[in-house]
Amino acid sequence: MSGNESTLQSRLLRGAHRTLTGLHPALESLLAAVVGLLVGAILMYIYGFDPWRAYMGLVKGAFGGSYEISSSLSRATPLILTALTFSICLRSGMFNIGAEGQMYMGGIASVLVAYFVLPTGLHQIAGLLFAAFAGAVWGIVPALLKVTRGVSEVISTIMFNWIARWLALYLAIFVIVDPMRTEKTLSIPVSARFPVLVRGTDLSYAIFVSIAFALVIYFLLWHTAIGYEVRAAGLNPTAARYGGIRNKRTMFLSFILGGIAAGLAGATIVMGLPPTYAIYGGGGLPQLMNLGFDGMAVAMVGRNHPIGILVAALFFGGLNAGGRVMQFYGSNPVPLEMVRVVMGAIVLVMSIPELIRIFPMAKKRTEELIGSLRRLTRRSERRESA
Amino acid sequence: MSFSDILGLLRISLHAMVPLALTAAGEIVGETAGLFNIGLEGILLLSAFGGALAAEIGGPGVGLLVGMGIGGVVSLVFAVINTYWKGTQMVTGIGINLFAVGFVAFGLIQLGAPGFHDVPKAVELVKWRTGMGLMSPMILLAIIVPIVIYWFLKRTRAGLMLKAAGEMPEAADVAGININRIRLVAAVFGGVLAGLGGAYMSVAWLGVVTKDLSAGRGFISLACVVFSGLNPLLALLGAFIFGFFQALAEWVKTLPSKPIPGEFVSMLPYIITLLVVSGAIGRVRFPKSLGVPYKRE
Repeated sequence: MSGNESTLQSRLLRGAHRTLTGLHPALESLLAAVVGLLVGAILMYIYGFDPWRAYMGLVKGAFGGSYEISSSLSRATPLILTALTFSICLRSGMFNIGAEGQMYMGGIASVLVAYFVLPTGLHQIAGLLFAAFAGAVWGIVPALLKVTRGVSEVISTIMFNWIARWLALYLAIFVIVDPMRTEKTLSIPVSARFPVLVRGTDLSYAIFVSIAFALVIYFLLWHTAIGYEVRAAGLNPTAARYGGIRNKRTMFLSFILGGIAAGLAGATIVMGLPPTYAIYGGGGLPQLMNLGFDGMAVAMVGRNHPIGILVAALFFGGLNAGGRVMQFYGSNPVPLEMVRVVMGAIVLVMSIPELIRIFPMAKKRTEELIGSLRRLTRRSERRESA
Repeated sequence: MSFSDILGLLRISLHAMVPLALTAAGEIVGETAGLFNIGLEGILLLSAFGGALAAEIGGPGVGLLVGMGIGGVVSLVFAVINTYWKGTQMVTGIGINLFAVGFVAFGLIQLGAPGFHDVPKAVELVKWRTGMGLMSPMILLAIIVPIVIYWFLKRTRAGLMLKAAGEMPEAADVAGININRIRLVAAVFGGVLAGLGGAYMSVAWLGVVTKDLSAGRGFISLACVVFSGLNPLLALLGAFIFGFFQALAEWVKTLPSKPIPGEFVSMLPYIITLLVVSGAIGRVRFPKSLGVPYKRE
């Protein structure tokens, strides 16, 4: 009966990659972002804020200078990785909602480096390995349940998120707790921390972990045979099976890679985000909470492509960093939570594949625009060749 | 464990069952027609918040009605995107959940106390005094609604039309059924029930709104639906089982001896969900066109 279940999943997936008719995917993401920001503006207006001033504050806080840009990049670091978790699995034909839980486990596992001494360099690598291993283990169980029992990964990954949350809370409060300060876990020793990249900001070398992993995934999925198999299985599982692709293998691979990505996301927070370098147990793991879910928004806007995700993560990182500034912006303090409202609206819009068809005028205009752009580039190419 | 303990446990289980049973029953109607709404979690949260605010203005009845209205409106957005606009159902649902988490947290801050809002005792729905202690009348409703839906899906013409829209929309279309409209109505009905479940949580049961009030109940309802194979009566049973384990978790936490840490007890409902779903999956069959937008050739 697991066959029936997997066809249900593939049916739910159908259309997840679809782009707007005649519109470049990047333009479509841009349009969704604009609509999302508009929804946020309307809500702010209803609550009596000045949306224009709030967004000006947000943009200034996100990209207004080197400190602000560093802060945005720092917020983007874990989002890149949790977005990859969702995208790798979507490319292979499955909905992995489990980045949140896998990230908790990764974050907890990376705290373990506090228990032993290693030279700098090796110590960071040890932490990343721990996190990747924990994330992968947490990700592989839903894959196993799907293969052996036919359990929908949507249900199982959601349940594993909740189990991970309580397990992480228990471990943070009772097991790897700092005996001096019981509200947090042991702090990562200096030799295992990622050094700060831009002085005076919280941007650390951890961002290179994210970028490198995104590039590795890009290479793996688009330039290797196994990556081709993963994508083929996602586009049409039946055809892929006839073509000799072992769907179970691609499924396990994508869940393991996704788990590793999410685990590393936890590690970048614990080992690479000043000033705490530890996990606070109180209030439900506030530093880690929701990063996994936000990653899904990043993945959608990044069109489930590693390079797109890098750009989208910068946008959402900017929203978060700017939102922090926005909430203290003079007489117009809009709470940070507004950012998540905007994210939700953007994802809602992203789920409409034929958005442009609903607004025929906009489609005509953009087609004209694209046409004229194409003519321009062709003309300049011709000039160059001449 | 004394007799009164058992009665208390049963009472809390029945109360915890209500939102799960209502949400699952509504989702069964939607899934029968071919729409898979993963945004139930967000609908529960939004309607709990809106219902509580409305109850403070107009009393508990208004609160429940407004909760139903919010559930209906959110589902209408979901349904329009996924019928007339041929959207991707999973992604729409994820969007609804993100939006709800942000919106409710934002709204709670605007009310003054970040992350927390008490519903005054005076506007909470009355509870009936019974042999088992104070019971909410909503429990009765949560038992009746799945039975009515079972009858509706099995025995009425409209129920058959819903099934046709979910199983083979092409044939149903030829037979003169407007697929998009019938799916829309089914999804909105499901949303109204989920909204009732959400408003029940804040107005008639817990008496509080927090930013994580729904605590995975929308997802557990989805698990109930999967476990039941779209049979409302089995989903009701599932809702009771999950409600019982939630009650058990709360009860074990209050024990003075602390046999297991509270965190592990809190995990229990989710682990049980996994176990039940992995055990029950063999005989589950879903409508053929669940999740597929209908397009006329």
